[in-house]
Amino acid sequence: MYEHDVLVVGAGGAGLRAAIAAHEEGADVALVTKLHPVRSHTGAAEGGINAALRNGDSWQDHAYDTMKGSDYLGDAPAVETLAQDAPENVIQLENWGMPFSREDDGRVSQRPFGGLSFPRTTYAGAETGHHLLHTLYEQVVKRGIEVYDEWYVTNLAVTDEDDPNERSCHGIVGYDVQTGELAGFHANDGVILATGGMGQVFDHTTNAVANTGDGVAMAYRAGVPMEDMEFIQFHPTTLPSTGVLISEGVRGEGGILYNTEGERFMFEYGYATNDGELASRDVVARAELTEVNEGRGFEDEYVMLDMRHLGEERILDRLENILHLAEDFEGVDGLEEPMPVKPGHHYAMGGIETNEHGQTCIDGLYAVGECACVSVHGGNRLGGNALPELIVFGKRAGSHAAGRDFGEPKIQTGKPANPELEDIDTTASLGTVGDDEAAADGGLAAADPETVVNAAVEREDDRITRLLEKDEGTQHAEIRSDIQKTMTANVNVFREEDALEETLHDIRDARERYEDVYVADKSRTFNTDLQHTLETRNILDIAEALTMGALARDEFRGAHWRKEHQERKDDEWLKHTMVSWNDGEPELWYRPVILDGENKTYEPKERSY
Amino acid sequence: MSTQSPDTQTESETDPQAERLERKEERAEEAASSATETAEDTVELKVFRYDPEIADKQEPRFDTFHVPRKQGMTVLDALMHARDHFDSSLTFRHSCRQAVCGSDALFINGSQRLGCQTQIQDLNNSDTVRVEPLPHADVVKDLVVEMEHFYDQMESVEPYFSPNEEPEGEQLQSRENREKIKMSTRCIWCGACMSSCNIAAGDNEYLGPAAINKAYRFYFDDREGDDRQQERLEIIEQEHGVWRCQTQFSCTTVCPKDIPLTEHIQELKREAVKSNLKFW
Repeated sequence: MYEHDVLVVGAGGAGLRAAIAAHEEGADVALVTKLHPVRSHTGAAEGGINAALRNGDSWQDHAYDTMKGSDYLGDAPAVETLAQDAPENVIQLENWGMPFSREDDGRVSQRPFGGLSFPRTTYAGAETGHHLLHTLYEQVVKRGIEVYDEWYVTNLAVTDEDDPNERSCHGIVGYDVQTGELAGFHANDGVILATGGMGQVFDHTTNAVANTGDGVAMAYRAGVPMEDMEFIQFHPTTLPSTGVLISEGVRGEGGILYNTEGERFMFEYGYATNDGELASRDVVARAELTEVNEGRGFEDEYVMLDMRHLGEERILDRLENILHLAEDFEGVDGLEEPMPVKPGHHYAMGGIETNEHGQTCIDGLYAVGECACVSVHGGNRLGGNALPELIVFGKRAGSHAAGRDFGEPKIQTGKPANPELEDIDTTASLGTVGDDEAAADGGLAAADPETVVNAAVEREDDRITRLLEKDEGTQHAEIRSDIQKTMTANVNVFREEDALEETLHDIRDARERYEDVYVADKSRTFNTDLQHTLETRNILDIAEALTMGALARDEFRGAHWRKEHQERKDDEWLKHTMVSWNDGEPELWYRPVILDGENKTYEPKERSY
Repeated sequence: MSTQSPDTQTESETDPQAERLERKEERAEEAASSATETAEDTVELKVFRYDPEIADKQEPRFDTFHVPRKQGMTVLDALMHARDHFDSSLTFRHSCRQAVCGSDALFINGSQRLGCQTQIQDLNNSDTVRVEPLPHADVVKDLVVEMEHFYDQMESVEPYFSPNEEPEGEQLQSRENREKIKMSTRCIWCGACMSSCNIAAGDNEYLGPAAINKAYRFYFDDREGDDRQQERLEIIEQEHGVWRCQTQFSCTTVCPKDIPLTEHIQELKREAVKSNLKFW
């Protein structure tokens, strides 16, 4: 068994930042990641990091824009923390050598982004995430922080009290991808989940293949609620053939969108008469699909994004990476031609419920970054707000897990004694099939930590041995692909009741087939077949919660559009959708959104751009 | 709300949606008929196989897969198709599929490339694609190679920003200086350069192009002080440092991020000479 004070699962931006913070607090910290840290998906972020750095801007404005962008589903204490802490964190990155783009006077550059009232997006070309990831990893190397790379964490070691709020997390179960060794990792002080996005729930996504939502699914099965899972951001500019992201920076610099009629439709058809292409992402994504659905799309699939008029010099200075992506993945020369773009899955606003210190309702278990929902993005994330979330909350969780006292949190976690429950009426039965195991069913309430970790290892060993010993059945690739297809067809930008119901049936069907899943590759050496099979289980749980949330929320808010419900219903729906794993049956309940900030209350207003 | 739903349009004789659907159907029919015609149109994928644990894979061999050809198909797409449809034990690293995570550097038709960035139709012989693990690295299984040595070399150049004193507040950096180091900061640690380098193949201690480029990235960053610059020069000037490079340009040729690696190595050689002259 391995032992450390703080264990960080995942080594993208949030995980690396958390590890550095815990180390600075004096903890013995280790990173456990299924990739090597520099392979993490943070490296693919392009646009930039929002922070109020300059005269004329303020954290209050950043907080206001974020609350408005969230369509009033962000929790004010989290949003204000993000806006307050972002400037010092961005300057910290600069101090660690991050190669930001620069102004003539040598200060870091900032540019306009959608939904922002001030050009507060700091950036490094159109490859901000790459530089952020490498800068943070460099600091991890400098500090000699231990990294277990290519170790896949398959489950958490959590005690089994009836009430999840009374459970404790003592560690994790890791699987060494290179050797097939299964081992327990005991955390004296805390486990921080920083496993990133869950884009593999969809088949057209900007997310990496590794983004299978492992952390979210593990926390969920251990008893932590998933929050606001139905809120998925579809980025308006992804390349049609691959889902590769074309940064919002292109529109921020002045790129324009047009349809087959050559019309600048954002203005022509009144989608966003003031801000045009720089309206919030959900608005632009719906506008593009509406254009396509009304017959003004190219090949019935996409619209065009043009940046030629920006001039070669500016493009090469600020968007050079976009030229490479358009050429490599779509065969288009962005200096000479417009680029085809369409909306694609990009980001999960929801995730593991946490408070502003990164804590979950399980003692010793934290979550940060895209896998977490603190919630700063609410119904819709503003461009440039994901990277500050990683570093702000990564740092806070790392410090807290290592012992720093931040005082009482303002955001509550865990299921209260009398939650507002909803029995949604679905025609498909939900949840687990067969004798399923959760992380917290070892019957080890209040046992000593090492016993809890050992029991978790044993359970995982059984599960993996079963998968490897089975000689025939269904292969995970088929199940995964079916889920991705049904999610993309039915739980996309536009959502309808019947289609959501159909998806729940498809998921139920996939669950049943997963009961018969087997791993054809019998080797213990670098067995990606086994790893992907375990990941597919996580995809199933996430897809189900996401679809349930989308079906239950009968309103139109942020990125969540419902055909039968074309209005935002503030009287009914200023609340977070929560899904708890209740002995294998997903249970839906609600928690009110917090609109009270430090010195003000954010009054919901109609969003106009 | 400022958006329209797609079903709010009024019906008229020239309903664009109806027209669109008609066109779509026509295209679908076309595609279906061409699919039958070109059912034989496949890419022959010859893939290196090896697994130390599985009896019939302990002896390295090539397996051939016939993958249906698609417009815009990359080598990674073809490998994934082969794995997901024909043999789930086929093993390779990949993640972002957009040339930024650096995990799918492979030896494709005889040169080091990223699988995700390589369009099959752009290869010289695009009917047969031969995929092997990166040369000059130990094979773990199939296309997966041991990367530890590469990572060790990267870390040996102290690849982290370390100014003389902790800066207070924002440091300034000129646009020119940022431009100077720009290309060097693009490295994604894929290992293609190291694998293509004859010198690295013969001298296990040679720092190699990626690590020297990493040193370049910090050496020329004005935000680090002169003392630190001198220390960095000592690291790259060591016996197995920049002087080992014989300017064969193979690293520069294969770099998927177009980093002028050989040029960077030469520039550091010049810096080393200049610095030695000063002492002299």
